[in-house]
Amino acid sequence: MVPVTYYVALSAVLFIIGAMGVLVRRNALIIFMSVELMLNAANLAFVAFASVNNILDGQIFVFFIIAVAAAEVAVGLALIVAIFRTKKSIDVDQINMLKG
Amino acid sequence: MMTIDLILFLILAVVAIATALGMLVSRNAVYSALFLVLNFATVAVFYLLLGAPFIALTQVTVYAGAIMVLFLFVIMLLGTDELPERKVLNWQKPMAIFLALVLMAEGVYLIFIQKSASGLINNAPGADFGSPQAIGDMLFNKYLLPFEVTSILLLVAMVGAIVLTGNMKGGQS
Repeated sequence: MVPVTYYVALSAVLFIIGAMGVLVRRNALIIFMSVELMLNAANLAFVAFASVNNILDGQIFVFFIIAVAAAEVAVGLALIVAIFRTKKSIDVDQINMLKG
Repeated sequence: MMTIDLILFLILAVVAIATALGMLVSRNAVYSALFLVLNFATVAVFYLLLGAPFIALTQVTVYAGAIMVLFLFVIMLLGTDELPERKVLNWQKPMAIFLALVLMAEGVYLIFIQKSASGLINNAPGADFGSPQAIGDMLFNKYLLPFEVTSILLLVAMVGAIVLTGNMKGGQS
């Protein structure tokens, strides 16, 4: 038997790695992948708690989160392609047109 | 006493963290995407261990299959797998690592010292728990409205993606 604490700790570690990826990397695509990693970490915590409490609602939540992530990826990648067409770069430091 | 469950968990946890770090540090975006595929597959195995077979297979088909293929497609379409390193904000990287360590310390405090989550994983749930039948039963009764809203969300995302990347012939550029 594995304590649920271990799963929550693993989920926290994956979330922190994702957050660090968003802050450290400058490639918009890798920042986006890090966001996916953070969503995945949240899903892992949901499923772990669903299992420990023997309630299925957590798994339904994960199902919805996966659907929303798929929609988010479609729109986000379309935005990145549109930005690349105008700026010829997806380095987030280059996208500073709103800077005064 | 190390049970087989715990050993399996530790091996998979090491793989999950190593692939996440690999995604973080790879210079080439294609390698990052492939590391992330491996990470999603590992998390799918965790779902199987946690008694969620339907969610595990959804994870493999939707995340590791559809979403990551979309990522790889865009990386190769744009040809931006490696960006030149440019330093604009020098203090940002050490600051980010420091803040991540602070967040990690808070997490360790809450999880292991305050013990805000407790209980053991039920590694022998009922045969029905997490099965497609049980998920479907809940999805189409208790969560019918969110399910329908999700379908509209997917439609909006599809229209949005087409509008953003389309050529807009006959309209303004």
